[in-house]
Amino acid sequence: MGSRSSHAALIPDADHIRRETGFSQASLLRLYHRFRALDRNQKGYLSRVDLQQIGALAVNPLGDRIIDSFFPDGSQRVDFSGFARVLAHFRPVDEEDSRIQDLKQPEPLNSRMNKLRFAFQLYDLDRDGKISRNEMLQVLRLMVGVQVTEEQLESIADRTVQEADEDGDGAVSFLEFTKSLEKMNIEQKMSIRILK
Amino acid sequence: MFLLLPFDSLIVNLLGISLTVLFTLLLVFIIVPAIFGVSFGIRKLYMKTLLKIFAWATLRMERGAKEKNHQLYKPYTNGIIAKDPTSLEEEIKEIRRSGSSKALDKTPEFELSDIFYFCRKGMETIMDDEVTKRFSAEELESWNLLSRTNYNFQYISLRLTVLWGLGVLIRYCFLLPLRIALAFTGISLLVVGTTMVGYLPNGRFKEFLSKHVHLMCYRICVRALTAIITYHDRKNRPRNGGICVANHTSPIDVIILASDGYYAMVGQVHGGLMGVIQRAMVKACPHVWFERSEVKDRHLVAKRLTEHVQDKSKLPILIFPEGTCINNTSVMMFKKGSFEIGATVYPVAIKYDPQFGDAFWNSSKYGMVTYLLRMMTSWAIVCSVWYLPPMTREKDEDAVQFANRVKSAIARQGGLVDLLWDGGLKREKVKDTFKEEQQKLYSKMIVGNHQDRSRS
Repeated sequence: MGSRSSHAALIPDADHIRRETGFSQASLLRLYHRFRALDRNQKGYLSRVDLQQIGALAVNPLGDRIIDSFFPDGSQRVDFSGFARVLAHFRPVDEEDSRIQDLKQPEPLNSRMNKLRFAFQLYDLDRDGKISRNEMLQVLRLMVGVQVTEEQLESIADRTVQEADEDGDGAVSFLEFTKSLEKMNIEQKMSIRILK
Repeated sequence: MFLLLPFDSLIVNLLGISLTVLFTLLLVFIIVPAIFGVSFGIRKLYMKTLLKIFAWATLRMERGAKEKNHQLYKPYTNGIIAKDPTSLEEEIKEIRRSGSSKALDKTPEFELSDIFYFCRKGMETIMDDEVTKRFSAEELESWNLLSRTNYNFQYISLRLTVLWGLGVLIRYCFLLPLRIALAFTGISLLVVGTTMVGYLPNGRFKEFLSKHVHLMCYRICVRALTAIITYHDRKNRPRNGGICVANHTSPIDVIILASDGYYAMVGQVHGGLMGVIQRAMVKACPHVWFERSEVKDRHLVAKRLTEHVQDKSKLPILIFPEGTCINNTSVMMFKKGSFEIGATVYPVAIKYDPQFGDAFWNSSKYGMVTYLLRMMTSWAIVCSVWYLPPMTREKDEDAVQFANRVKSAIARQGGLVDLLWDGGLKREKVKDTFKEEQQKLYSKMIVGNHQDRSRS
């Protein structure tokens, strides 16, 4: 009885999550519904296995990295607020966000910087703030699988690091990363719109 | 105490009379028509009345929501996010174009921004993917007075609650016992009837009786579920020596199809009540039951099915190639086993209307008994059955292509989404080979350019 209903009052901490992520009430409800659908055994949290069950994610070459982004700091569970927080990075930037530039408020999760930071951490496995040549190679290897030889991949990695590296330390820092992508329309490319 | 005695006998008398009346009504209105395959149209009238009540209920909820200035939660079956159907190549090229400060004549091999494509695609699937939502019950757009399908119950007024309470009373205290009585009658008649027919010598008379015993009992079971079925194109009904394939939503599919045609069932031997029914049925006519150990052996299964199909006197086989129950919004991959045999395939599309009762069996959530109880406490099971024209395998087609062709025909007729994913994804993970396809596509983009460069 009532197990299929998921109105706003059932979402734990709804107000806090709404303020933190900027999602509307309706979007949050849809995401909560989705969270419950993914949570197969009704545990109240998601584990890696729950996300790995999504077929279309398992065939994505970066699937594992994306799943890792939900489990920061070695945790093994993600509750709804963590789930919403990660997805908030992909909220489209609407005009309201850019107008309210209150310096006291923390930067919204879906700002350009935060979207870039999210993409950066997919490259930077050891979280040292730099993408080393090795890390670049690893990501490239994930994306091409066995289709490309080691030499070709190494030359691609070398070239990419060289082009972006400005201070010559052989790695791409976050600033260099943002600089090389300054022309890119990140707001559009890293946004997913939830239907009302 | 003495004052109670006359009341007692009065109550007993009343009870006796009402039970007799009930039984006669049952017999006249339900069982006799089931035997002869006619219908009084009571169920259709019931359906129309219910529809009117549901429309009223939804209107009241919308009014209630408007008063509080909220929006009703409306479920979307087509997904909750906006998606662009562009290919991998197009998207990555567009990303590079928008961010690249280099000249466009030299298409770069790899850009740091390529990762955005995979990242966003991955996040999209986490928010909404095609497969996960097929394994939970379809969400309704208007409320049907069942608490199990309500998402907006904070907007229910007093009048609606009373109506809902009345509904509960009717469903649990009147419909449920009636249905259980009918189901009991149907199953026992099936077991007794087929056993008795089994004693007759083989011949036309035995076949005739067996067919009618089967049909009669299935029709009683259909009424036990208050299933309102509309059959389309009955001229395409499966014939002897053919295989009937249909999309699978629940075990009720069998009852629905078998009440309109005489089929040979295929399945695993069970214990308990199912086993008793299976053993009785096979006495009257040859069904194909496999032992648990035999099911794993694909060649044995194929051999027995082929033998059955080649004997023209034997009945058409009923098979559900998806292998598992899907929630009736889509059709998933058909297993190729039944399409390799080489018999004529008679596709059947079954589409349920979830408004009156959702027939989907979510086997990870409910056991069989809970499921049947849920079925018997819904308003009704309404569905449409389409018999599609027979198909055979073409010369240049292999079994998988044939299976896909049949699947598309069924999906198109039933208005279901045609998916290539395997229904086994309900329980298992997807194979790594699919990931290679994406990797190949991407590699072509970055390495293909490299080869051009080395040539120039």
